[in-house]
Amino acid sequence: MKPERTEGHYVAPLEETALEATDTLRVEEAPLSLWADAWRKLRRRPLFIVSSIMILALIFIALFPGVFTQVPPNNECLLANSEAGPREGHPFGFTFQGCDLFSRVIHGTQASLSVGILAVLCVLVIGVTFGALAGYYGGWLDAVLARLGDIFFALPLILGALVITQLPFFRENKSVWTVVVVIAMLAWPQMARITRGAVIEVRNADFVTAARSLGVSRFGALMRHVLPNALAPVIVLATLELGVFIVTEATLSFLGIGVPESVMSWGHDIAAAQVSIRTNPMILIYPSIALSLCVLSFIMLGDALRDALDPKSRER
Amino acid sequence: MIRYIVRRLLQVIPVFLGTTLLVYFMVFALPGDPIAALFGDRQPPQSVIDALRAQYNLDQPFIVQYGIFLKNLFTLNLGVDFTQQPIAATLARIFPVTAMLAVEALAIQAIFGVAFGLVAGLRRGKLFDSTVLVASLVVIAVPTFVLGFVFQLVFGVYLGWAKPTVGAQAGWGDLLLPAVVLGLVSFAYVLRLTRASVTENMNADYVRTATAKGLSRPRVVLAHILRNSMIPVVTYLGANLGGLMGGAIVTEGIFNVPGVGNKLYQATLRGEGPTIVAIVSILVLVFVLANLLVDLLYAWLDPRIRYEA
Repeated sequence: MKPERTEGHYVAPLEETALEATDTLRVEEAPLSLWADAWRKLRRRPLFIVSSIMILALIFIALFPGVFTQVPPNNECLLANSEAGPREGHPFGFTFQGCDLFSRVIHGTQASLSVGILAVLCVLVIGVTFGALAGYYGGWLDAVLARLGDIFFALPLILGALVITQLPFFRENKSVWTVVVVIAMLAWPQMARITRGAVIEVRNADFVTAARSLGVSRFGALMRHVLPNALAPVIVLATLELGVFIVTEATLSFLGIGVPESVMSWGHDIAAAQVSIRTNPMILIYPSIALSLCVLSFIMLGDALRDALDPKSRER
Repeated sequence: MIRYIVRRLLQVIPVFLGTTLLVYFMVFALPGDPIAALFGDRQPPQSVIDALRAQYNLDQPFIVQYGIFLKNLFTLNLGVDFTQQPIAATLARIFPVTAMLAVEALAIQAIFGVAFGLVAGLRRGKLFDSTVLVASLVVIAVPTFVLGFVFQLVFGVYLGWAKPTVGAQAGWGDLLLPAVVLGLVSFAYVLRLTRASVTENMNADYVRTATAKGLSRPRVVLAHILRNSMIPVVTYLGANLGGLMGGAIVTEGIFNVPGVGNKLYQATLRGEGPTIVAIVSILVLVFVLANLLVDLLYAWLDPRIRYEA
């Protein structure tokens, strides 16, 4: 590694006593890294265990709905079965349109999870990139990105999504992706702000200065030393936002402006159950419970992660 | 302090202009004709199209259109919607209803959230604390529109404590049930924030000093612990006003409240560009100003923060 000579760094004279102290430190007793420490804490937290199991189960249901139900969710809807109660092979009964509710609830998992995960990934890409660049380089780039973020931040999520999804352009190309794009477009500033703050906290740390003085390039230091150490709040926010985005997708679908009607979504099922609310409220309750459990598992995971990763709460 | 207020006010202007420009651009300049949407499948005569385009300034270059829109917005001369009703008169009718709903919801989430959070924080680890924490997680996980239906069914239909739907003449009492639904999710967040903040401040040096110099427990709790714990809560309440607006669209729809959210929803479904940009611009202005207010509240809550720079 070639040392960089253009920037002069002040080097303190050797301090023998301090070196001695370092030599006597036994390596086996070195403190655990943030992540190892967090993992050790997490493993024993019931909140983390429960939410992880729930999320793994949800992912399995989303990937292999056929394991749980053989009934196709959209075909075989008989109006004769309208609002019929549970019976052999149809544990949740039937919707107003006479479709098997259990099958619809199982198949709805996919839309919620995929919209949530895709939207969070998009938000992570945009938000972390902008936030890290703004926080690390500062100056005019920070100012421009901050104002840009303010403009999108001033448009509340559901409000903005309502306007954007109803534009002729989005209305004609309605798909799962339009919902993802709209959510990502409106939600990235929050992620950028959190990343920016975390990067500013880390960028002047001693280990970053040390890496720079050893000749690591400015961008290299950002990628290898600053970002990995600024990720904790980003991961916590991403987990919590996954829950928020799943609610957003369901809300938009409920309003009839979310994913297309052909895609199974709990939001659609809950909207369609409005007509049955007085005759058979269970048609409303089952998809609502599924949606709430899904959101709950991500909120719980985010909560557990924050407790484990936030140094402030770790002290207590 | 005055200099800080002026500087923050000046920062609000580019944000407001940028956001309204963004919305105006999306509604009027993206591919897709806002006038054609008005006629559905039928093809109107060209003269009608031209007259309508002139009426909504769509025959002007985009930036001129936006300029005219801004001028009209600040002179409250908002023109007519696609049913030729004056938009300003409609807004004057529906804004007070939504303002009432929002004030009730804000009051519910602020008062109950802070009270429960304070008690839970002071009794950290006790039964009340753990019960409230678990309950708040569940409340957060249930989306507003599900809560709306459940409350409508239970309190409106089965128990008959409130009117299931509000209808045209909305008073404070009629809006209580929708306001509870609207405020409940944020109530849980306020509770958790207050609790976390209170537990953090409970062992602070200034609290020990306050107790040591003989202040009564209520005074220590209210004037020292609570006041210093309010900053994250107030920040959240300001930022969450946007969420409240989104929630209002859902809640007003379920309870049939004749408010801004309901109107905006119907306007977007019909593709009524002028109404959409007017409502969204005003809501953005409210949101931005509310967050400015939150920044100014900091100085009052925490005297350590001085805005001399």
